[in-house]
Amino acid sequence: MNTTSVEKIIALSRDLRWQIGDEFHDNLAEGIYADASEIAMGSVSSDNSKKRFRLDAKIDKIVTSKAWGFPIMILILGVVLWITIIGANYPSSMLADLLLENFHPFLKGLAASIGMPWWLDGFLIDGVYLAVAWVIAVMLPPMAIFFPMFTLLEDFGYLPRVAFNLDYLFKKSGAHGKQALTMSMGFGCNAAGVVATRIIDSPRERLIAIITNNFSLCNGRWPTQILIATIFIGAVVPASISGLASLSAVISIAILGIFFMFVVSWALSKTVLKGEVSTFNLELPPYRPPRFWKTVYTSIIDRTLIVLWRAILFAAPAGAVIWLISNIYIGDLSIASWTITSLDGFGFLLGLNGVILLAYIVAIPANEIVIPTILMLTVMATGIAGGDGVGVMFELDSAGETATILKAGGWTLLTAVNLMLFSLLHNPCSTTIYTIYKETKSVKWTVFASVLPVIMGFVLTFLVAQIWRIVF
Amino acid sequence: MESKIASACQSCSQFNANGLKKLGVSTDNFDFVIAIAGNPNTGKSTVFNALTGLRQHTGNWPGKTVVRAEGAFQYNDRKFKLVDLPGTYSLLSTSQDEEVARNFILFGKPDVTIIVVDAGRLERNLNLVLQILEITNKAVLCLNLMDEANRNNINIEVRSLARDLGIPVVPTSARFNEGIPELIQTINDVATGEIICKSRHIKNVNGNINEAVKKLSAEIEKQFPSMPNSRWIAFRLLEGDTRIIKALRNGELA
Repeated sequence: MNTTSVEKIIALSRDLRWQIGDEFHDNLAEGIYADASEIAMGSVSSDNSKKRFRLDAKIDKIVTSKAWGFPIMILILGVVLWITIIGANYPSSMLADLLLENFHPFLKGLAASIGMPWWLDGFLIDGVYLAVAWVIAVMLPPMAIFFPMFTLLEDFGYLPRVAFNLDYLFKKSGAHGKQALTMSMGFGCNAAGVVATRIIDSPRERLIAIITNNFSLCNGRWPTQILIATIFIGAVVPASISGLASLSAVISIAILGIFFMFVVSWALSKTVLKGEVSTFNLELPPYRPPRFWKTVYTSIIDRTLIVLWRAILFAAPAGAVIWLISNIYIGDLSIASWTITSLDGFGFLLGLNGVILLAYIVAIPANEIVIPTILMLTVMATGIAGGDGVGVMFELDSAGETATILKAGGWTLLTAVNLMLFSLLHNPCSTTIYTIYKETKSVKWTVFASVLPVIMGFVLTFLVAQIWRIVF
Repeated sequence: MESKIASACQSCSQFNANGLKKLGVSTDNFDFVIAIAGNPNTGKSTVFNALTGLRQHTGNWPGKTVVRAEGAFQYNDRKFKLVDLPGTYSLLSTSQDEEVARNFILFGKPDVTIIVVDAGRLERNLNLVLQILEITNKAVLCLNLMDEANRNNINIEVRSLARDLGIPVVPTSARFNEGIPELIQTINDVATGEIICKSRHIKNVNGNINEAVKKLSAEIEKQFPSMPNSRWIAFRLLEGDTRIIKALRNGELA
């Protein structure tokens, strides 16, 4: 091909651009609209009785109104979480009963009968198998309930209304209104939320959305919040309102996350990511009655099982690591004990303890296995009887038993509150960090997005711990 | 209700159930590449799923598909590779999802582009349709969400619309699999050249711009006689689109 002729074309286009002036884009757009309206006039006719359009408008008037928009959002979130918390209890304990109380001893017996050496038996069955079984029992039921409900809301067309309601707040904080959509996706999975930021045109606002997506409480962290809230927050109030109290605690944490999203977005847009807020059109699509069973089926297949599989992939090696650090001794203490003791001081400052910090380190690949790890490490460090021995992830089929172990490990209400806060504010999981790198192609921003929430978590839990100890 | 309609459809020669095989993600050795484009939230992913048998995640909010998904189906021994593009309102500006869609239609040179539109909001959707028809003349208009349009008493003259646009128009309700067999047949016919499209080009362009465009596209055609979309390239050059200038220089468009 001839390069000079190409340059000639480009030069000609430059000359012509001067001649026709600035209005080219607008003129062309107007021309297209004129064409479109001509064509539509020739083929489309409509009856005047637009009943459903009016119904949509009526619903929108309520769910996006100043007075009702926010209460309805919180109410819907509350109902979804309520059904998840209540509904997940029974299948969770059934799974725990099956996988932990029955199948685990069976495997142990099998290993003994074929004369498997104790270290291999421990490593595989008490480490890898129990970690995986625990993750399935804890995670599968809430996900199988939460995801379909979320997908039904999505198919119905509620998400754009959420974006509409939050648009004003995002704009105020110097971010893009569509960040409300990516935030909602983050409630399912932060990695998915980060990918979804591609709908944001401006690189500046997209970066803000990516960095702050971690403040959406993700699916891996919902179970932690729900479990801790049920055990501690629910336990300090009268039994009749314990469900309500733990539900409110979880919702408060979720809303606190949204609050931090605004604060951090605002701070970023005033400092390192300065710039204009871009305007955009948000189309409120018509409400569409979801195809119930199809939605339930696809959300279980596509979301629940994929997320669960990922959790299992990470839980298996984590289980192995937990067993190893609890069973390899340096002097007369295991590696785990050493680490816990040395982290305890720092943990105390934050109102947490060494066990929790070590659990977070072990569980860096996947947030969802934090609670099993904490329980196992607590059992080991405090030497409470009941487990199958050192380094065994524990078999607990009720919140009550979990509470007994945690209280024996020196846990207080402060520990619980700060664990909930720290679970909201810490580094994103490894998948999300990798996704942030893929989307931004920048080591700098990836590190920033990973470290910022941890620092915030440290500062916040530190402050809460100090104030708590002064007040109580 | 559905089973009755299904059996009536199956008796029709157009249905050709034996000829259709949904291939899911196995996109090797295809004969034709088909792109699915359209405004956000018109059901592109639902059409994609109906054709491939895949379960690409769908949702009722604009901007759900941000990466392009690929799948395949086989019809009468021909393999079709399907690419589901992110939804866009226009191809004139340059956000990342719009660029993914535009670049694929322009540089990927699909054999057929299915343009999915919301039948209830046709006029607004035509904005994108007209822009795509400037780039490619092998296209099928999939008039989706017909069930909603019917419920809202919106009537569309399919034949006159097809005549005005110069491409085949297939009414569908992809959520209920209605119109999908006809859509497949039409895609097949356009891909094999049995249906020849004469796609509409934008007419209402004001005088002196039209002059400039004519001049420039004549020059482009002189250098690239086989380029089907010289007029659109001229539009983009007049806008100063750096990506298109780069493409001209490195020969991507030739």
